[in-house]
Amino acid sequence: MPPATGGGLAESELRPRRGRCSPQAARAAGRDVAAEAVARSPKRPAWGSRRFEAAGWWALLALVTLLSFATRFHRLDEPPHICWREVQRTEESSPKGFSSFCLFFSPQMLIGLAGYLSGYDGTFLFQKPGDKYEHHSYMGMRGFCAFLGSWLVPFAYLTVLDLSKSLSAALLTAALLTFDTGCLTLSQYILLDPILMFFIMAAMLSMVKYNSCADRPFSAPWWFWLSLTGVSLAGALGVKFVGLFIILQVGLNTIADLWYLFGDLSLSLVTVGKHLTARVLCLIVLPLALYTATFAVHFMVLSKSGPGDGFFSSAFQARLSGNNLHNASIPEHLAYGSVITVKNLRMAIGYLHSHRHLYPEGIGARQQQVTTYLHKDYNNLWIIKKHNTNSDPLDPSFPVEFVRHGDIIRLEHKETSRNLHSHYHEAPMTRKHYQVTGYGINGTGDSNDFWRIEVVNRKFGNRIKVLRSRIRFIHLVTGCVLGSSGKVLPKWGWEQLEVTCTPYLKETLNSIWNVEDHINPKLPNISLDVLQPSFPEILLESHMVMIRGNSGLKPKDNEFTSKPWHWPINYQGLRFSGVNDTDFRVYLLGNPVVWWLNLLSIALYLLSGSIIAVAMQRGARLPAEVAGLSQVLLRGGGQVLLGWTLHYFPFFLMGRVLYFHHYFPAMLFSSMLTGILWDTLLRLCAWGLASWPLARGIHVAGILSLLLGTAYSFYLFHPLAYGMVGPLAQDPQSPMAGLRWLDSWDF
Amino acid sequence: MWGFLKRPVVVTADINLSLVALTGMGLLSRLWRLTYPRAVVFDEVYYGQYISFYMKQIFFLDDSGPPFGHMVLALGGYLGGFDGNFLWNRIGAEYSSNVPVWSLRLLPALAGALSVPMAYQIVLELHFSHCAAMGAALLMLIENALITQSRLMLLESVLIFFNLLAVLSYLKFFNCQKHSPFSLSWWFWLTLTGVACSCAVGIKYMGVFTYVLVLGVAAVHAWHLIGDQTLSNVGADVQCCMRPACMGQMRMSQGVCVFCHLLARAVALLVIPVVLYLLFFYVHLILVFRSGPHDQIMSSAFQASLEGGLARITQGQPLEVAFGSQVTLRNVFGKPVPCWLHSHQDTYPMIYENGRGSSHQQQVTCYPFKDVNNWWIVKDPRRHQLVVSSPPRPVRHGDMVQLVHGMTTRSLNTHDVAAPLSPHSQEVSCYIDYNISMPAQNLWRLEIVNRGSDTDVWKTILSEVRFVHVNTSAVLKLSGAHLPDWGYRQLEIVGEKLSRGYHGSTVWNVEEHRYGASQEQRERERELHSPAQVDVSRNLSFMARFSELQWRMLALRSDDSEHKYSSSPLEWVTLDTNIAYWLHPRTSAQIHLLGNIVIWVSGSLALAIYALLSLWYLLRRRRNVHDLPQDAWLRWVLAGALCAGGWAVNYVPFFLMEKTLFLYHYLPALTFQILLLPVVLQHISDHLCRSQLQRSVFSALVVAWYSSACHVSNTLRPLTYGDKSLSPHELKALRWKDSWDILIRKH
Repeated sequence: MPPATGGGLAESELRPRRGRCSPQAARAAGRDVAAEAVARSPKRPAWGSRRFEAAGWWALLALVTLLSFATRFHRLDEPPHICWREVQRTEESSPKGFSSFCLFFSPQMLIGLAGYLSGYDGTFLFQKPGDKYEHHSYMGMRGFCAFLGSWLVPFAYLTVLDLSKSLSAALLTAALLTFDTGCLTLSQYILLDPILMFFIMAAMLSMVKYNSCADRPFSAPWWFWLSLTGVSLAGALGVKFVGLFIILQVGLNTIADLWYLFGDLSLSLVTVGKHLTARVLCLIVLPLALYTATFAVHFMVLSKSGPGDGFFSSAFQARLSGNNLHNASIPEHLAYGSVITVKNLRMAIGYLHSHRHLYPEGIGARQQQVTTYLHKDYNNLWIIKKHNTNSDPLDPSFPVEFVRHGDIIRLEHKETSRNLHSHYHEAPMTRKHYQVTGYGINGTGDSNDFWRIEVVNRKFGNRIKVLRSRIRFIHLVTGCVLGSSGKVLPKWGWEQLEVTCTPYLKETLNSIWNVEDHINPKLPNISLDVLQPSFPEILLESHMVMIRGNSGLKPKDNEFTSKPWHWPINYQGLRFSGVNDTDFRVYLLGNPVVWWLNLLSIALYLLSGSIIAVAMQRGARLPAEVAGLSQVLLRGGGQVLLGWTLHYFPFFLMGRVLYFHHYFPAMLFSSMLTGILWDTLLRLCAWGLASWPLARGIHVAGILSLLLGTAYSFYLFHPLAYGMVGPLAQDPQSPMAGLRWLDSWDF
Repeated sequence: MWGFLKRPVVVTADINLSLVALTGMGLLSRLWRLTYPRAVVFDEVYYGQYISFYMKQIFFLDDSGPPFGHMVLALGGYLGGFDGNFLWNRIGAEYSSNVPVWSLRLLPALAGALSVPMAYQIVLELHFSHCAAMGAALLMLIENALITQSRLMLLESVLIFFNLLAVLSYLKFFNCQKHSPFSLSWWFWLTLTGVACSCAVGIKYMGVFTYVLVLGVAAVHAWHLIGDQTLSNVGADVQCCMRPACMGQMRMSQGVCVFCHLLARAVALLVIPVVLYLLFFYVHLILVFRSGPHDQIMSSAFQASLEGGLARITQGQPLEVAFGSQVTLRNVFGKPVPCWLHSHQDTYPMIYENGRGSSHQQQVTCYPFKDVNNWWIVKDPRRHQLVVSSPPRPVRHGDMVQLVHGMTTRSLNTHDVAAPLSPHSQEVSCYIDYNISMPAQNLWRLEIVNRGSDTDVWKTILSEVRFVHVNTSAVLKLSGAHLPDWGYRQLEIVGEKLSRGYHGSTVWNVEEHRYGASQEQRERERELHSPAQVDVSRNLSFMARFSELQWRMLALRSDDSEHKYSSSPLEWVTLDTNIAYWLHPRTSAQIHLLGNIVIWVSGSLALAIYALLSLWYLLRRRRNVHDLPQDAWLRWVLAGALCAGGWAVNYVPFFLMEKTLFLYHYLPALTFQILLLPVVLQHISDHLCRSQLQRSVFSALVVAWYSSACHVSNTLRPLTYGDKSLSPHELKALRWKDSWDILIRKH
């Protein structure tokens, strides 16, 4: 089934896919069912040969894969404009992004690479959702994401097959995922989620596979799956930090595994040691090496300076070509009259900054604001002056006088000629600190402008070095120390960060600064190559910046965020594109039938799981078949349930902005659980009614109706993913009329 | 019956003199000079105001914890005959003579004193030696931080008391379980566990941690019980378990059903705590029934249930809103401040600061104070009259209404003009006809959110309603932003076009209400100025009041202000921080929350040793090497689960909390650490010291260590009791860590 191309734009019919695709989907579902009926039969030993069985197995897998690819690639080119967060992604992956440093990493390179190969020229200026791509080729990038997204279904299929040893459970899972509009939508756009989910599922699959190879340790497949797990973990972590959860899951699984081996007294300690080493190699060393390697590549590719530089420390910037610190030569020691920028040592705080705006009424004294600012700006420039004279030290008749540790100085803002000043007024945000302002006219202020400059951990009298000295500014009158609280000022402060004077002299990075730029024509320049940080330092620093940036994500105006408890009940979706009834609308929302079935299944699983566990703890003798099924339910289901828990509950603890799409990794696990649960329950049911002649039919009928139900619900809801034009769902004329089951959905 | 004639009446009493001695010493150390200092010390200023509220029976809302804690403190005030008249505004303020300081501080001090013998009991119940138990109690006795905290009117010592009581009674119960299940003492201790747990939770939410721990241990024990094959499933003796009559018989027979055991635990550990928790709130709401300063945070219905305040105004209002009713409309969301829909003569400025234009019509805002301009008249669009007809025609869900501002008789209007501060929403105004082809769009459809049926009548206070604009389907909403000076800093009201589901900011309720009687504008103004009359009282059920109060308490976020003495959890373990509680106004006598550093360090060491040893034993047992005899191993595990586990659950969660933290938050965790210390010491002496000589040396070391702890405790005593004024030199000598903040007067 080739992806439909072209012609989509002209479509103005109410139900875009009615003519072409829905029968296809229905037909596909029909075929699927037929194939399933065929495929289940070979499992009866009386029926066919092994070869036929293998062929059926492969055919089924191929069918699942094909169906998944077909649904994902169908109408991939629509809409031909940016949807939701594609803005951010494409921006960073554009070849333009290649040359400027940005805060996100490897996956962008993958997408960017795909874009590059498919002829995307990087000249498109990504501004806001809704912009048209026009002649820019974006299909390569979308295709790449859809390609990875399509693999989710076969991966889930194989995982469930391995966990439950039941084709019907695997088929049910595959159907749930294929026919989920949410997964489908998410895979069709240039987003990080399909890549992340690809790696998560790959890690899960290979972990399950190597678990099932446990009886043949150190064999080739064992090594293969083990190292593949490691590789996928590196990939998952490289895409987003959400990848940590799958690492946690693999880690727990490995610990349990090792614990089991350790308790096996037939194995010598040496063998256990070998097992341990193999896992350390494949699951820790290998991923770490891969991860750092991608980073190294990233740094090599993105070696040019860009607008995000200010987030990084001075040393870090020195290695970005194009930055003014790259191969810089500046005077080494500070002297009076030098023009400098002062940078806070804490990451992502920025430069000491002031501008011609006053603190508003009611917030301390009404004097000029002093803030820290992350971007390079001429308002970051300060002049070092002696505290008691106002003569121009750059006058050539004066000798050069160096600033020394312990000197009393005055910092004059170059643009506005006001002095850095502090006094006993409370700071705007941190009420226990003192306010810092710009004060005085043309450099003439009062004694509150005097600061003692100190180098941390050095002797008095030493000169102060550019970049390398860690300095503090102590306010002479109040004895407080200049620092930044890291809190964002409100609108009146242009959302820059607050600067305060801290009366508590604790040693924190917030109150330690270094001098970054230094201009003094009277001093000789020296080269600063020594500054180059080592790779581990770079790695650490960029991670710190990313973590801070991540946790600092706050919702923008008019942006809709959601709460974690909304997610499993499919409370509200995310509008990808289009608002009005004339727009081409795409709405990210899970297929409610699938999602509510998943929700029900989790409850049902907990119930049936605990009943079985209690029965076993009570020592009830279960018949062999029931015992086998309970094992599947407890072991296989338990593993998947753990995955769901790990990928869902941590979000409750996160303070950052959360979106609906964060739930999708958990949703994959929850669908697998559904597959395993219903198959097992139906089998148990069939076993319980074995005396009844049609007992075997219960299982078949149950699975069949579930499959058909999901397929039909997909037929109903597919316009959510493939796009809708026409009146909104409240309107009885709309094709989606009657499908708005919850008031909180708006499509 | 006449037995006492035949045999002498003998009373034998076992008195554990060491227990008595410990109690005595505990009382002495905690109660000694309890009224000193006769001034407000640290957080007493905070708890004190709530005690005053209790004494005056005025309603209040405190987000720091459930009401039981405050009630315990208030009980002290009640016993001392406190009348609540004291202004709690400043730390260090001298108490006036009407404040019964001794009885206010008595209950926390008693709780602190009784913790000492309880520590002894717990270690004994863990089946460790009398010597170890004495050690635990003696450590509790000399721990300076615990002494300081219990001698003041603070809640931590009470919390610790109930934590320990929960653990102790669970242990007693567990030990009863082995030989006499369902005996009287078994029931007693089981119930006491539940009661103590809920008291701990009732004092501070922190108590939940210990509750979870006890539940966890109980769950594990119950799981073992389920596995016990000697017990019957659900025997015929279900009834029997519950009847005290056959308890003796039960003790004889082993055939008690598992179900009875589980049921008893569920009732005692789940049902009783919940019921008790509700009871705390019930008593709280009975005690504080008068309206007070915190009323405004609560909903109108809640306020109306309090005596005085809103109740006085709303008493006897007509219940059903009719066409012609005069109403004030309160926003349900109540954030940032509770406010009422408001309008006044002034118009929106023609051009805003940022250059955008407005409609220049009359402003509509939300105003946080009662005002005559908050009155609106509900008008029927089809009629002209503004009075209630007789009989009144009630307004129902779905009806079309106009809202006419009482003082200006302009009607509420919204149109496609951007709102002043939220440009993506519509402006809401009171319509002025400028004759510029901008028609009035003042029809609103009433939606009752909490309706029972679609024909519900709009009710005063009870109904939560939304106003949906008929022309644009925008919803009347409080945006939460403060208007600039031209809008008198009142809150902005907007018409929100894309409203998703239920959100409090779009929902309103009628607070004050009367039937309008005058058609004439003059008369109506007079009517509006006069307070509403008539009488009907509306009572909220307890559960509704409870759930609202509980919800508001949890949702109330006091902005996290940095405190001078706030600290981070990492600083607690090593005691890198202290809190100065009080300083004598003239001399340098002072009270600090400062722990006994020897105990803190050795507690942490003991914890580390416990963890390492356990890991070692676990690994060895896994390889089938049993270093410890089974009973010693079980003892070791149970002691660890309760003590080390108690430390972990009371400490680790703080890393995830974002509120301001203080050193005293660590004290519950510290108590568990202190319990673990003698356990580890005895274990080392019993199992790791090979020879008698080693054992003697070890005992000598322990004695030396304990005397050093005593010495430290004694040295720090002036800072604990604040009874002695030290010279600056002596104070400096006490500053053992640079990070300790000891106050030294400059003369």
